Amino acid sequence: MLSKRIIPCLDVKDGRTVKGVNFVDLRDAGDPVELAAQYAQQGADELVFLDITATHERRKTMIEMVKSVARQLNIPFTIGGGITEIADADALLNAGADKISINSAAVRNPKLIEDLAKTFGVQFVVLAVDTKHVNGKNMVHLNGGRLITELETENWIKQAENLGAGEILLTSMDHDGTKAGFDCGLLGKINQMINIPIIASGGAGNMEHFTEVFQKANVDAALAASVFHYGEILIPDLKQELKRNQIPVRILISPEPAVHSQESVFLK
Amino acid sequence: MVGIVNYGAGNIFSLTAALDRLNVTYGMVNTENDLEKYSHIIIPGVGHAGAAMEKLKGTGLVEAIKKLTKPVLGICVGMQLITEHSEEGDAALLDIVPVKTKKFDKSLNIKIPHMGWNAVSPKNNSLFEGVEDNTQFYFVHSYFIEYNPTFDIASADYGLKFSAAVQKDNFYGVQFHPEKSGKAGELILKNFSNLSL
Repeated sequence: MLSKRIIPCLDVKDGRTVKGVNFVDLRDAGDPVELAAQYAQQGADELVFLDITATHERRKTMIEMVKSVARQLNIPFTIGGGITEIADADALLNAGADKISINSAAVRNPKLIEDLAKTFGVQFVVLAVDTKHVNGKNMVHLNGGRLITELETENWIKQAENLGAGEILLTSMDHDGTKAGFDCGLLGKINQMINIPIIASGGAGNMEHFTEVFQKANVDAALAASVFHYGEILIPDLKQELKRNQIPVRILISPEPAVHSQESVFLK
Repeated sequence: MVGIVNYGAGNIFSLTAALDRLNVTYGMVNTENDLEKYSHIIIPGVGHAGAAMEKLKGTGLVEAIKKLTKPVLGICVGMQLITEHSEEGDAALLDIVPVKTKKFDKSLNIKIPHMGWNAVSPKNNSLFEGVEDNTQFYFVHSYFIEYNPTFDIASADYGLKFSAAVQKDNFYGVQFHPEKSGKAGELILKNFSNLSL
């Protein structure tokens, strides 16, 4: 049976991970390579790197980071942020990225989805959607929820699937940062509408929230950042909890060897 | 030493990185003469099977690959290429393993692509030596190799039973990505590089 995936998300700026990451044995908490290896060792099924670099050097820095990650990491990873054209995606693919995630560039130019899918295959194209409930409707937002668009979330996702998106990463801006649980209602509704995998994002606060989103919304994967980075949820514990609830997950029989350290301990 | 057929179908960075981690030496196969330089050959590939076949034809390597007697491993679309036909682009392929590559049927109530970690049941085969039953590997594909007990060496289920790996003589294929499948995937690559026929 296909496992439900657990995906830590790392924010990257100028080739360095940002937002406090609290693994005590990390030599360098800002090193995306070391962090990624740690997560792989813990049993993460996949990783997402979100580039928030705003400088002109962005692409060059990012490519170097992607190569470094691909050299060390033996699980798949997705790169998002600042991808606006085929050439961006091509460079990331050749550097070892398994998937790319596009958001605002696709809203501005929906044909980008189609072009990327035709060039690289649908499996390479993740559409990230930030959604917020406004006046009884789910509206697509840009710039981390600050900018509303005219697109209704349900319509946009359906359109993106038809254009060739291979996967949807749906973040509820109403739930993001609340630690009150995923938006199971909306995720379940969207999941019913589409025939491509969907990753739930926004609102994870404890292990029960993951159980809930898989049971209620039947999503394919769940993504979170701070609960993992701060060690509030340990991935091996989470996998065991999901397994106890009859959710199919991938449990590592023996721990993967760490790249830099003998054992890993999280700071609670 | 492993030779990687370099025909431009998808990136091979992750594959070479995995071989580096395993201390398996490798080089690129661009010409027919290059095939002689290596003891083992890997045919990688992502994307569209029909398009990949056209690219492979473009290298002029097709007949030489079919005649190989050393171990050959096709990965993902590279595996599909060694089958006789793909529904993707209605393409005639290398026809080394007489099975067909078909499209997953969404009426089976499955999402397409098949993306993520799925359990694999290997048969007793050198490629899967040390791999326990139901070990999970990372898959990402919309087309699958039909299950045929003669050539199947590992099966998986996604709406239906399909071949996660096949073998005919010296030709092997895996549908999952060993270079992205954690330790289990690395074991497959290691086993392949140690195969002697």
